[in-house]
Amino acid sequence: MRKIIVGMGTCGLSAGAREVHQTIAELLAQGAAGPQGAELSITSCLGMCYREPLVEVREDGGRIIYGEVKPDRARDIVEKHLKGGQVITEWVVYSEDAAGNVGGSEKDFLALQKRIVLRNCGVINPESLEEYEAAGGYRALRQALFEMTPDGIIAEVKASGLRGRGGAGFPTGQKWSFAAANAGPVKYVVCNADEGDPGAFMDRSVLEGDPHAVLEGMIICGRAIGSSFGYIYCRAEYPLAIKRLNTAIADARRKGYLGKDILGSGHDFDIKIKQGAGAFVCGEETALFASIEGERGMPRLRPPFPAEKGLWQKPTNNNNVETYANIPWILVNGAPAYAAFGTEKSRGTKVFALAGSVNRGGLAEVPMGTTINQLVFGIGGGIKGGRKFKGVQMGGPSGGCIPHHLGETPVDFENIPKTGAIMGSGGMIVMDETTCMVDIARFFLNFTQDESCGKCTFCRIGTLRMLEILERITRGEGALDDVAKLQSLSAQIKEASLCGLGQTAPNPVLTTLRYFMGECLEHINHKKCPAKSCALLVAYRIDPAKCTGCTLCARNCASNAIRGKVKELHVVDDVLCIKCGKCITSCTFGAVYKD
Amino acid sequence: MANETKGADFTYRLWRYNGAQGELIPLLQSAQEHFGYIPRRAIKYISGVTNIPESSVYGVITFYNQFRLQPMGEHVIRLCVGTACHVSGAKLLVDTVIDELGIEVGGTTEDGVFTLFTVACLGCCSLAPVMMVDEETHGRLTPAAARKIIRAMRRRAKEQKPPAKVGSGEI
Repeated sequence: MRKIIVGMGTCGLSAGAREVHQTIAELLAQGAAGPQGAELSITSCLGMCYREPLVEVREDGGRIIYGEVKPDRARDIVEKHLKGGQVITEWVVYSEDAAGNVGGSEKDFLALQKRIVLRNCGVINPESLEEYEAAGGYRALRQALFEMTPDGIIAEVKASGLRGRGGAGFPTGQKWSFAAANAGPVKYVVCNADEGDPGAFMDRSVLEGDPHAVLEGMIICGRAIGSSFGYIYCRAEYPLAIKRLNTAIADARRKGYLGKDILGSGHDFDIKIKQGAGAFVCGEETALFASIEGERGMPRLRPPFPAEKGLWQKPTNNNNVETYANIPWILVNGAPAYAAFGTEKSRGTKVFALAGSVNRGGLAEVPMGTTINQLVFGIGGGIKGGRKFKGVQMGGPSGGCIPHHLGETPVDFENIPKTGAIMGSGGMIVMDETTCMVDIARFFLNFTQDESCGKCTFCRIGTLRMLEILERITRGEGALDDVAKLQSLSAQIKEASLCGLGQTAPNPVLTTLRYFMGECLEHINHKKCPAKSCALLVAYRIDPAKCTGCTLCARNCASNAIRGKVKELHVVDDVLCIKCGKCITSCTFGAVYKD
Repeated sequence: MANETKGADFTYRLWRYNGAQGELIPLLQSAQEHFGYIPRRAIKYISGVTNIPESSVYGVITFYNQFRLQPMGEHVIRLCVGTACHVSGAKLLVDTVIDELGIEVGGTTEDGVFTLFTVACLGCCSLAPVMMVDEETHGRLTPAAARKIIRAMRRRAKEQKPPAKVGSGEI
């Protein structure tokens, strides 16, 4: 049976996939697809967020994916393609025939990728256990239960070279062996799905697109370390991910993959979902445990490490969503197949969330060691609006900005930390010449300052002092010794904070000072923002081509600095202007700009 | 209807509570779902059932961003100020919406129609800048487009009737 599949991940839904799904359902019910008919199905994110909503037609072993499908396009696809057998080539973003020939306008986006974690995302229906099984799902679990010993599983994971995908890159096999070595009987497997880094959405897509892969990885981990209970700690901001996880858990229980005596092996394992309540620090494992226990999510001192005393003071293994999603593939295909990808010390692949000023924003999974330029220009298709590439921000509030001249840096656990940024969980924000780096540093510090749990003095107060200095600089009130103050505060905060949040909080500032010192000094010495971003350091101008003379800006101006008559060009008087920005926000024609 | 189920869920959860550890946050979440915020009396109920002191319950509430101690407006506007939205002009959008509604971030309009929040990331980074109104996400916004959306909603709210009692309904 041919299938017509609508991409219903969060990004697809916010682009209007639900309407498209409904339109197609109505058309199919009316028999508009012709005598052959078609089955309507859903899938999740394929990673091409920039062309959502996506609709795929799958027949005769081939796939044809249409992009930017609104209800009227959906109507055409049903009528012309399904009924008439005519492919509408100009809307095709990606196509693949039975012989493996690929085509479509966005084929480059997928060509450079190697999809292991995302193997099923955008391919199978995430709400169907049967489709996951048909794609080879739960084969690894059978292998782990009946063909391998717990030690054998750990040895295999070790041999694959898999390292924690949450950001720190601790070898997964080793972590498991620590938890396995500690005596039970009660141990826990925890999956960290508290993806709080603003600008990263890999875990969300995996949970929405392939929830069973994460469950399977966790059950295998439970078998390896001798645990019979797991928690998934998921952000409450991801309602769709939680819904699909719940469906997946119920289905897995029904089929005997979860619960008592899994598949008759004698091994028990069950999983419970805990919803986070919105605290960035809960991504730190000891804070996460505190939150599951119902406390304020504050980190604890380590050691004792979680492998010894974790959740409820019991031995616990905690990994990221992406790490668990790798496990089934590794067991089925073997450690050497996984280790064949990537670099010597960073094996396998990594999923990145490309966003910001990049033409093709979305999810991309590439072998470790792919360079930043390959990601930004090869997969991302270059910078939006033909502007100049300035740098990428990696690792979110714990990471830093890597300037464009280091674009040839391979992305792996060895080379990225050398730049001062961190691998992080995979958020990669591309920035162009209109982004002010001082402002970016201020932005991240504002975030960490707000999210600091307040336990450690240096993190609680030090970040606030740093934020005040950065705000001063962006207002044009910076002094030369501010740079030295920022550096010494950074060193102290790194030294005197208990958890990863504080220890890495100064990174965005340090990389800005390291690579963009010129821009910073320009703010301090000349009171100018080269990127024309900081509101108080620019002049406001009105574009004669766009101004209609509606007088709205002049009426909203707090200091009567805008002159002009009705239906005539308006002009800003720099002497009177207090740079409040009201003119920009009030103009309905986008005629006011910063210069 | 939906509200009744949610209320039932909250009382059911309280009634079912058997002293299991780690139930405080789920209880608070269901209280917030039921009342739209966490009223003083909910803190009392929870404290009474779980034997966790009211002060500790309050401490947990104020630690997490999700929990509200004030009722919210009929419509909740969440402006994304994540990294991708930030570099795509979220600041301008926030200023515009603040100007349009005449309230600060975290505030509720006098007529009880809108509550405005900013959030760190909605996860629709490729559609930046993004604004979420209730459950609906609007992407690739300009200040003018944001004003238009809000004005349309305000008109609809006025036409319908005087707004429902604040904080009694769903979030």
